[in-house]
Formats: sequence, structure tokens, C-alpha cells
Amino acid sequence: MPKVKIDGVEIEVPAGITVLQACELAGVEIPRFCYHERLSIAGNCRMCLVEVKPGPPKPQASCALPVADKQEIFTKTPVVQKARNGVMEFLLINHPLDCPICDQGGECDLQDQAMAYGFDRSRYHENKRAVPDKELGPLVKTSMNRCIHCTRCIRFATEVAGVEELGATGRGESMEVTTYVEHALSTELAGNLVDLCPVGALTSKPYAFEARSWELTKTESIDVLDGLGANIRVDTRGAQVMRVLPRLNDDVNEEWISDKTRHAIDGLRHQRLDRPYVRKGGKLVEATWDEAFGAITARLKGMDGAKIAAIAGDQCDAESMVALKDLMTALGSSNIDCRQDGAKLDGPRGSYIFNAGVHGIDSADAILLIGSNPRTESPVLNARIRKRYLHGHHCAIGSIGPAADLTYPVERLGAGPATLRELVDGKLGFFEKLKAARNPLIIVGMGAVAREDGAAVLAMARELAEKLNAVREDWNGFAVLHTTAARVGGLDLGLVPGEGGRDVAGILAGCEKGEIGAVYLLAADEIDTKRLGKAFVIYQGHHGDAGAHRADVILPGAAYTEKPGTYVNTEGRVQLGRRAGYPPGDAREDWAILRALSERLGKTLSYDTLAQVRSRLVSINKAFAAIDQQAPGAWGAFGKAGATTDAPFVAAIANFYMTCPISRASRTMAECMASRAQLMAAE
Amino acid sequence: MASLDRTARAFLLSELVAGFALTLKYMFKPKVTVNYPYEKGPLSPRFRGEHALRRYPNGEERCIACKLCEAICPAQAITIEAEPRDDGSRRTTRYDIDMTKCIYCGFCQEACPVDAIVEGPNFEFSTETREELMYNKDKLLANGDRWESLIAANLQSDAAYR
Repeated sequence: MPKVKIDGVEIEVPAGITVLQACELAGVEIPRFCYHERLSIAGNCRMCLVEVKPGPPKPQASCALPVADKQEIFTKTPVVQKARNGVMEFLLINHPLDCPICDQGGECDLQDQAMAYGFDRSRYHENKRAVPDKELGPLVKTSMNRCIHCTRCIRFATEVAGVEELGATGRGESMEVTTYVEHALSTELAGNLVDLCPVGALTSKPYAFEARSWELTKTESIDVLDGLGANIRVDTRGAQVMRVLPRLNDDVNEEWISDKTRHAIDGLRHQRLDRPYVRKGGKLVEATWDEAFGAITARLKGMDGAKIAAIAGDQCDAESMVALKDLMTALGSSNIDCRQDGAKLDGPRGSYIFNAGVHGIDSADAILLIGSNPRTESPVLNARIRKRYLHGHHCAIGSIGPAADLTYPVERLGAGPATLRELVDGKLGFFEKLKAARNPLIIVGMGAVAREDGAAVLAMARELAEKLNAVREDWNGFAVLHTTAARVGGLDLGLVPGEGGRDVAGILAGCEKGEIGAVYLLAADEIDTKRLGKAFVIYQGHHGDAGAHRADVILPGAAYTEKPGTYVNTEGRVQLGRRAGYPPGDAREDWAILRALSERLGKTLSYDTLAQVRSRLVSINKAFAAIDQQAPGAWGAFGKAGATTDAPFVAAIANFYMTCPISRASRTMAECMASRAQLMAAE
Repeated sequence: MASLDRTARAFLLSELVAGFALTLKYMFKPKVTVNYPYEKGPLSPRFRGEHALRRYPNGEERCIACKLCEAICPAQAITIEAEPRDDGSRRTTRYDIDMTKCIYCGFCQEACPVDAIVEGPNFEFSTETREELMYNKDKLLANGDRWESLIAANLQSDAAYR
């Protein structure tokens, strides 16, 4: 470990890091524009200059200089100060003075650092450079006059997002960041470019001119639009969610979030259910809570428990799911399910979580994707696999399932269960690669298990994992990639059919035959509502989507930004979402609605406060006690060996931009979809 | 002795006489009051009266929705909402000032980078209802149009000291 002296203070730092990183360890802040921890080093902004001894008698760019033993680093000398002032003056020569109309104003690195290193007037009297703006799609707004050529966007697109579409043309003053041929970026991570840009050259298009950073109330929460459970910060002004930004969590999303997570929030303003409705004479009419509960009580009182069923949706918090389950149990029904897509997952915890953890991808050395397209199912996780591909000596990645461009080379082994069988039997060459790997990772997608023979496919995947010795004390390479935020929580709480109960397919079949009299949809919109037959449908949710259209009684609930909720991500990590605003109109928190309804039905649930609901969660599953931790999953015999069909695995998500009521109500997502379709057509 | 002096002053009404004398003296001096509203006192070009939103000579509104006035307002009297206008420029869709909250400190006009919001020379804007004091963008722009010549002259005369 080299010992260096930074501003006269001696510190021991890990070998191989840069001078800038060493200064950070010592608590000395170095100004920078182009350097970013998660991107490669460019060393082109020259803002991080420091003096180094021994070394040439001129300031050095600390971001690109490795530390050496007995180095002396000076960050506050007059030479350094003067050099940085000079760099700042050069940067400001061509930077327009339009901070008042720039959306980055108030959270701009250049603005902040100009306060420390800038000169208070300009000595440059010639005309400033003018650069035409670029069109980068519906999410990123450009103002290229402001660009300082740090190339963070280029490096992000090339390295993390894996789309080599951004680049620079020209040199010196005529350098321009561009897509060469004008087209929208074809990545699901475009929003992160806006966060990375240290100036206002790239800003958010849907959020253009809407608010200033200082007006917003910041709430740390959890995303529910995919299964990853990305850590987010929800910025609100008044009751309205203005934007969503990523929060740093190296174990989950690093500092990226997908475009859906970031930009589907305008869906929270449209199509909202803000008061209860009751269907009278075939039409939904506005009602009070009392009337709505009365209509439900009139139908459910005296109904046989076996004729009542409940389906939990894909974005439900654990609190509302446990209340639903307890209510159904009290009503004597075991027809309950949280797997709208019909995934055959109900074994021990190890059988349905991403056991290796998202951070486990960083140590995997061979990856097999079974019926999964991580790029649409969880773009941030896909970027993590790409990172492993780039840094892990090009670790072998194979895929069984639909062909797709995942931004890294994938050996496509086949399309369906037959290929998986061959692989398990060792008949494919890829088996040797997996066998040779120390940490093989088997990612099972919903495309593989959400089908009739899903249990058999799951059993084959388990057989493969055991054969490869992928499930050990120090490594568990069996990983299920969920597409929805509520699924693992639902399975943890046992929202699966009990003794003699029906699953989603059974419930729908029962409705068609008239064997099910009433269905409780807890924000469940992804089922075929036409098959609900003549059943009495109660819909509790936040958007007027498929479920609400069919409902006989609508109970308005809260969306994920409007209630404190517990969510379990695909890794089995329990995370807390926090309330950023209140639900609209008469809408209420979901667990509280179920609690109030239970009282009217004469089956009062045993909890009155959020704390009591959360202790109920822990009493059902100990995993809920460890917030932000990934509790290990138990292993056991799961899946059901049996015959499989020849049908190929199909993608679990057909359209990345519209997967849930919120994203379907979002105009921005519709624009993204149209832009992507245009891009596809052009190719 | 002191008591004799005090008694003499009391009975000779000396304070009363001194008071009347002062009054009489001022009757022959020039008047300091003005006959408001027919006469008005002089106003400094820096006088901070009723707010106005100004326009450029070509009619384009100056305000660019940077929200610095909203941020600096110590009474939080200003509310702004903005969005891109059809031509893509940054404009306010709402610019409200609650004149009952305003303390007339003038920070808003100091903060404004384009001299859009100004406190003009008008101080005669009393109303009969509170609601009329909730100014919106139309009202403020109308003020600007009405007072522009005076405001411009004031800014001009004060420009050398800014």
C-alpha cells in the first residue's frame, strides 16, 4: 500500500488508484467535470489539476495520474489555484451566460465550481461559439452551446448503456457531441445522460422548465415499475411528483435508473381513481366510501368462502397484500394469487429470488439466461451484466429464449425447453463453459416459468444448478429475474392458493363457469378481464385501467409515491418506500381500505396502525425484519419434473415502455414507444 | 424659593402662553403638508411601489421564468409556474404576487436578470377587497404597460449607480 502525503497529511491508500481518488480518501475535494467513478477516465476537462512531487514542474491532471509511494500531492498551492482559475476561464469563454433559462441552474457543476474558481467578469470579447442542437429522442433535450466536451455522455452510452451511438466530431473549437446521423438514442437508460451531464447541455425534455431544484421536496423511496427495486428519490412540488432521480445503492442500481422508472411518473397525473364508484344499472356512478362498502357487504355477506377469490397486482406493497390475505382467510377463502402471469413459482424462498444478488453478477464468470430478456425486464440489471462482460475478461454469456440485442454478445443456444434439456444433459458445448466457471450464474426469467410447463422448466433449471454445483455455501448462482415489484413480496407472504384453492387460471376459469361469485382485484390489471364472467368484481387500485373498467365496485387506492410501503425486490431485498405526497381526492392507503372493509364485513383485522401491520409482516416471514438486507433464500426440492412442450420461450415483456397502469397512462412513455417504433422502422 | 417660582408660573399660565406663541410662529411659516390627492410629494427613482412586469419594446414579455424572484422573496409572496411555449422558449404560465404578503423590500427586482419584475412608482392601488390584491400575470403585465415610460425613466436615471 503506497503512502502519500496530501497537503502535508500522510495517508496510506490502496495501490493502483488515482491521485484524485487518493485525495477523496483523504477528504480533500478536487473539482472535476469529466471524471466519473463509474466511467472510464478521459482526463480532458483539466479541472482536477494538482501539483505532484516528484514529477514535472507543472500541474498534473489528478484523475489520470496513478498514485505512487512517497508521492507528495499539493492541492491548495497558488500554482494549483491559478491553474484551475485558468481552466475555468477557458471553459467559460464559450459557455453561454444563460443560467436563468437553463434547467440545470441550481444544480449545475459548472455554476458551483465557477463560484469557487471563476473570475467575476469576462476578458473575452469575441463572439461565442454556436453549435446546432441535436435531437436525441423524447427524453433528452439538448442545448449544445452549453457543452464543455467532458465526454461523459459519450462514455456512458458506449460503456454502460452499450449503444455506441454518441460520439464527437471535429477538434478544438469545432468539436461537437453528436449521433453522426440524427436519430433518437436506442437505449432504455437515456435519462441517466441528463444526470451525468455536468452542465445544462443535456436536460430532461419532459421536465423542461417545469421546476427549479430548490423548489422541490425530496423523498427517498423505492421504484416499483420493474422487479429490481431501484433506489430512487422522488421530487415533489406540492402534491405533484415532478421528477424521479436515482439514489446511490451499489448493491442494487448503482446510480442508474431506467427511463420507465424516471419518466413514467406523468402517468400518476392522468386516469387516476379519486373517489369510490359503484356500478348501478350497468354504469359506474360516483359513490361515497360508505355506499361502496355497503354494496360490497351486501354481496359478500353470507357468500361461501370457496366462491370468493382475490388476485393481488404487480405493484402492491407488502402491507396491502398481507391485509388482503388476512381478509380472505377470515372470509374462509383460499383462492388467492399474486402471480397474474401464471408463473409457476411457489417453492422455498431460494427458488424464487435472485439468490446471487445483483452485486453477485460482478463475480459471475459464466452466465446463462433462460427465457429472459434482461434489457426489457430490467435495463439497469442488464447494464450490470454488460459491466461484467466488459470487466470480467468477457465472461461467457448464453441464452435460451427469444433472440434479442442485449448490448453484449450472447451465445444463443436455442429457443425452448428442449434446448435446456440438452444443456442439462451436457450435450451442448456451453455446458462445459458453465462447468468450468467458478461462479456460474443461471438467470431464470418469467418467460420460462410463466407457462403451462413452467414447473418442469424450473425443475430443469434447478437440476442444472445442482449439477454445476452452483448452489454452495459461498455462492448461489440460481437467480430468478422477476418483472414485477410485488411478486417476491407476495410469495414471501404466501399469496398463493391454499389447500384446495385456485390460482389465477383457476379463478378465471371458475368465473367463466359461474363457480366464483366474487373477485377482489387488488390493483390487478394484467389479467384477461373478459374472462371474469358474471362475477362481482371489486377493484382496489389507483388507475382507471383494465381492472377498473370491469369492476362493479371501485375503491380508490394510493400509488407507490403516495403511501409508505414495503417492497421486496427480485433479490429478496426488503426495502421501504416512503410517502412523497398524498393520494388524490378520497383515495386512501391500501392496507387501511382493507382494514376498514374488514370491519364492515364483521371480520375486523387485528391491526390499526402501520407499525402493527409491519409487525404482522415480520410474524409471517422473518425476512421482513431485515430492511435493506438480502435475506438468503432456503434451498429445497422445487419445481415438478415432467413433460415439457416444444413451444419456445416468449419474452415476458413485449413492450418495455408500457407494462403497468402508471406507464400506460403516461404520455412520455407513449412518445418513447412511438420514437422507438420509428427507429425500428428506419432500420 | 422653588415652590414660589413654581406657583407663579402656574398662575401666570406661562406654558400656555409659550404654546400659543409657538403656534403663532408656525402660522407665518411656509406649509409642509401637501393637498393630497391634488398635490403629491416628490418620489425617488428608487421608490418601491406597486409591481409590474415589463415588456421589450417589440412587445415580447421580458420574464423568462428563471424563478429567482420567487426564490429570493422573503415573504414568499410570488408563485410561478412555467413550461415551454410553442416556440420552445421558457415562459411563465402563471405569475402571481400576493400583494397582502409582499413587504416591498425590492429583492425581486434586484434578483431579476432581465429587469422584468420591477416595483414601479405607483403607490395608489388600494382596493376594497382582499381578492383584488392577489395579482396575476395579466394584471402585472397591464401594470407594466401602463407605467412603462415612468419605470424606464427611473431605471435609466438609476442605472449609473447599479
